[in-house]
Amino acid sequence: MIEFVLNNKLIKTDANAGMTLIDFIRSEQQLKGTKIGCREGDCGACTVLVGSLNNKDILYKSITSCISPLGNAHGKHIVTVEGINLEDRLNTVQIALKNNNATQCGFCTPGFVMSLIGLGLQNILVSKEDAIKAISGNICRCTGYKSIEKSAYQIYDKLTKMPFSNRLNWLVDNSYLPNYFLAIADKLKKIKNHTPADIEGVLVAGGTDLYVQNADALAEADVNLVYQSQQLAGITFYKDRCIVGAETTVSDLFYNDAMLTYFPDIRNFLKLVSSEPIRNMATIAGNFVNASPIGDLTIFFLALNASITLQNKSHSLRTILLKDFYKGYKKLDLKPDEHIVNIAFNVPKVKYKFNFEKVSKRTHLDIASVNSAIQMSVSNNKVDFVYFSLGGVAPVPFYLTETCQFLTGKTLSVEILKEATQILQQEIKPISDVRGDETYKRLLARQLFYAHFLKLFPKTFQILELVN
Amino acid sequence: MKNRDSYSHLRGESLYIDDLNTQQGTLYGLVCDAQIAHAKILDLDIVKAEALAGVVKIFTHSDVPGKNQIGGIIPDEPLLAETDIHFWGQPIAFIVAKSEAIAKKARALINIKTEALPVITTAIEAFEKGEFVCAPRTFKLGDTSKAFKNCDYIIKGNTFSNGQEHLYLETQGAYAEYHENGKIKVTSSTQGPTQVQKAVAKVLGVGMHQVEVDVIRLGGGFGGKEDQATAWAVMAALAAKTLHKPVKYVLNRHDDLRMTGKRHPYDSSFKIGLNKDLKIQAFEATFLQNSGAAADLSPAIAERTLFHATNAYNIKNVNTTVHSCKTNLPPNTAFRGFGGPQGMFVIESAIAKVAEKLNIPAFKIQEANLLQDNDVFSYGQIAMQVEAKNTWQSAINSFNFESNFKAVKKFNSKNNGVKKGISIMPICFGISFTNTPMNHARALVHIYQDGSVGFSTGAVEMGQGVNTKLQQIVMYTFGLAKEKIHIESTNTTRVANTSPSAASATADLNGKALLKACKALKERLFNVASKNLNIPDSELSFKDGKVCQNSKPTHLSWEVLIETAFLERVSLSEKAHHTTPKIYFDKSKEKGHPFAYHVYGTAISTVAVDCIRGTYEIESVKIVHDFGKSMNLNIDMGQVEGALAQGIGWMTMEEIAYDKNGRLLSNALSTYKIPDIYAMPKIIEVKVLESDGHKMALLKSKAVGEPPLMYGIGTYFAIQNAIKAFNNNYELKFDAPLTPEKVLKSLYSNAFKL
Repeated sequence: MIEFVLNNKLIKTDANAGMTLIDFIRSEQQLKGTKIGCREGDCGACTVLVGSLNNKDILYKSITSCISPLGNAHGKHIVTVEGINLEDRLNTVQIALKNNNATQCGFCTPGFVMSLIGLGLQNILVSKEDAIKAISGNICRCTGYKSIEKSAYQIYDKLTKMPFSNRLNWLVDNSYLPNYFLAIADKLKKIKNHTPADIEGVLVAGGTDLYVQNADALAEADVNLVYQSQQLAGITFYKDRCIVGAETTVSDLFYNDAMLTYFPDIRNFLKLVSSEPIRNMATIAGNFVNASPIGDLTIFFLALNASITLQNKSHSLRTILLKDFYKGYKKLDLKPDEHIVNIAFNVPKVKYKFNFEKVSKRTHLDIASVNSAIQMSVSNNKVDFVYFSLGGVAPVPFYLTETCQFLTGKTLSVEILKEATQILQQEIKPISDVRGDETYKRLLARQLFYAHFLKLFPKTFQILELVN
Repeated sequence: MKNRDSYSHLRGESLYIDDLNTQQGTLYGLVCDAQIAHAKILDLDIVKAEALAGVVKIFTHSDVPGKNQIGGIIPDEPLLAETDIHFWGQPIAFIVAKSEAIAKKARALINIKTEALPVITTAIEAFEKGEFVCAPRTFKLGDTSKAFKNCDYIIKGNTFSNGQEHLYLETQGAYAEYHENGKIKVTSSTQGPTQVQKAVAKVLGVGMHQVEVDVIRLGGGFGGKEDQATAWAVMAALAAKTLHKPVKYVLNRHDDLRMTGKRHPYDSSFKIGLNKDLKIQAFEATFLQNSGAAADLSPAIAERTLFHATNAYNIKNVNTTVHSCKTNLPPNTAFRGFGGPQGMFVIESAIAKVAEKLNIPAFKIQEANLLQDNDVFSYGQIAMQVEAKNTWQSAINSFNFESNFKAVKKFNSKNNGVKKGISIMPICFGISFTNTPMNHARALVHIYQDGSVGFSTGAVEMGQGVNTKLQQIVMYTFGLAKEKIHIESTNTTRVANTSPSAASATADLNGKALLKACKALKERLFNVASKNLNIPDSELSFKDGKVCQNSKPTHLSWEVLIETAFLERVSLSEKAHHTTPKIYFDKSKEKGHPFAYHVYGTAISTVAVDCIRGTYEIESVKIVHDFGKSMNLNIDMGQVEGALAQGIGWMTMEEIAYDKNGRLLSNALSTYKIPDIYAMPKIIEVKVLESDGHKMALLKSKAVGEPPLMYGIGTYFAIQNAIKAFNNNYELKFDAPLTPEKVLKSLYSNAFKL
């Protein structure tokens, strides 16, 4: 039995936990405001909010309901556009969009509305940029976005007046939300947690990849929803190791203060990883086991020389380096009864330098042509150590062992970097596909390698010296 | 006034096909399409699939009672394949089942044996093999051969512009119901209700009176639902008619991407001749249009390419030819601009190429050749009320072009990691269906006894705001608040024999018909008021729900007037018919006056290219646009910005890819990228050109749907200019879209070898 609150209504359903949330909303509940645009999380027309109880507060985030299993809604508050409509007038978000002429054909509109309501329910508003980030997963084909952007900024400005406590009350008082929201926490408290049962079935976390590949089969399959247990979530520190639970989402990384301290640019990097609702669902371990040669997070963690801990059915654990996890195209060192428990890496020291690069046809919400990360320590211009990864250049997310070996102990210079790119070119084996031909990927791999150094050592290196 | 649907759109209460309440017993359709691009069908085995529990029937061509034919202009497109397959994604069978899930399982059980035939995917190959969907067309003006002899500079070149997926957010779909006496009602997401009605009647072998087509609204169309909404509606209707059951068919995104045609890719070549004064003396171009496997709207699109081959320039010697090449791609179709953008890309490329050779900025050539009143287009129409120079000059002045141009140069001299580029793009786009007989529309207006008004036209609302403009016409004529007015869905039983909502002309045509109907009613009501108030007609007007004398309200309210008129047995309903005057086109001579008027504008684009990564940002697009006298700037600005976004997408990131077997590779939103919010220019500024408007336009408010798309072409050339600033040896290429891949390769065209 799956139990959750859908808008203001308590739902108890025996529907298969593997069916998509959108199908439940539209077909079973006849709520037609949430639209189906692509069924792969790439357009945002199906955006809904998920509220999770956190002590006495509810934390809301946006998700794409087309690739989310219904079972993940258990114990949550699911909010569709019908659930944020005021009785006989537009809410504050809707008014801003209307005033700026931000709706034309209207099909993408409910998704934008939900994302912007999500902005209001977000915990931390850091900058105006947050307003755009909130709608980064919403595609509109009519407006050219400027009217939407303007609305989003106006909404952001209004939201900055929100107090830090009693936020829900403020949102209700200021006509963002209907007042039933105030009673939701009590309703959620009454729903019993699922005890993590050993369900035999497909292991599903956020579902952002599995549901793109195979939603039809999953709708009828038994699914083992690890997301529900939350046992594997969270970022912790033990001595000089940072341990990231397998179920940690990209957004968890994004908003983690410690991560921000160690990787001051992490939010800029992660903004290049899919879109807000996908980041809210997608897990790090999911990205690893997907084994895509261009998995952004895999590339990121490869450059941290991360290790992963795997657990099997009899609860025995083993730890391997992430770079050794990949055995061939979509082939993993993972037994059928094993799953990832956590990811660990050495906490970077102050002098360590880290950079992440990604180039894709569209800068945001796209799959990379080539992506890359590097972590290094340099003393007196001499490389103490370097970890360097490239995606999209091999059958696996690629760790450049030889290039790293070559660079270690070398004094950084234009000549050394040029020489390193020769080794790099020998190590990689890109293929031509829809994300670029081989020549492009080789060129791009070189460029991103240089980009790391141009960014990390802006005083030492100039672009023209490197490329000419 | 805001978009009249804002309220329901924002609340998620607006209905699209997939949101309609389905009747009990509704069945679900699904197409089984070819997984090969060119083949003979040896065997089609549906036995296993039809035996699956929950499958009601699987339709093949032999189940068609009428003609198995849906070709719009040329009857060359079967509804369901018979003996041959001509493109990957061609519908072969239509599965009808109790649920979508069952239909999908049945699809996997259909077994099709085929014998592969050679596949053509490019226009060039089709041209070389002599494969065409229709005869070529040539527009000629003056004598190019003679003119070239006297030119100081002659430049030749080739260009390619790729196709473009419409990516309407609402996929194609229809819901067909079986009514008593065999009548079929189809609710369709189509820009052309009459086209659907006609095709349904033809395929079912019944009269058009037996088929009602209703359209509420579209979740985007952009041309993709002008001709290509038809097949799905017809299949649903065929199933409903045969099974006496309601049948719904909404395509999933992958099926939609795979089975529907797109903007036509064009392979083109040009030859341009200029004199030292930079005046273009002669221009020749050959356009190879990749039409796909059937004609669809390709002949009309090809024609419009020729109409716009010289864009906003006056060229006295022109010779342009277009070949509609038959390939094994899904039939390519209408897409905002309708062949015009492809034509303009070539002349702009030609100008850029000349500028490169002469080592001068392209805008000097553009500026020297802008159209003026009394210039003659290659198709014989004399240009009047030309705003080309006005928009150009206004853009140069308002947006400080000269100082910005210098600033870009200065920036580039100081920076190596990032280079900027700037370009100007003038546009000139003709308004009217170029097929003259299509330029007509009708409107039906009912004033109800209580004074409220309901009306219908042939216009289809797809986000472009036409219903809002139409509502304004009624408000304006009757002096009524919008709450008093209801727009009915677009329905073939209320307004028949309509032209599709296309060619940017929907508001003009339907609005003028509506205005005519409203004026006729107004005249009758003035008669009634005049008698009652004892005031001459000439002093009467309507305002704020009152009858006014010399603009001052009288005691007579609208409601009382309507009640009075009703009691006096005055008709409160009116139907009116509008045809665009003056226009004609003689295809035997390829001359005439096909357009009611032209829309002009000028855009200045500035971009910044990251020379390390090959990525780029569009810093700004600043536009002076000729709206005429806009009747709704809220709507019209949205059209400009939205069209610009699509134009930029077409020119930069939207890359359609087929493999050599004709299989679509960019077959999902993960592989076909349209602009997202971050991809838009940081600044879009749109300035309204001061103008008296054009009397052929609705309330002098010019059509606005398509023309601004072509501003996006400017970004292509701005990026090229930035590349050139980094890589001196780079020779301009005209191969759109200009993806980061092409940019990076161009930046390092001579510095990186494998």
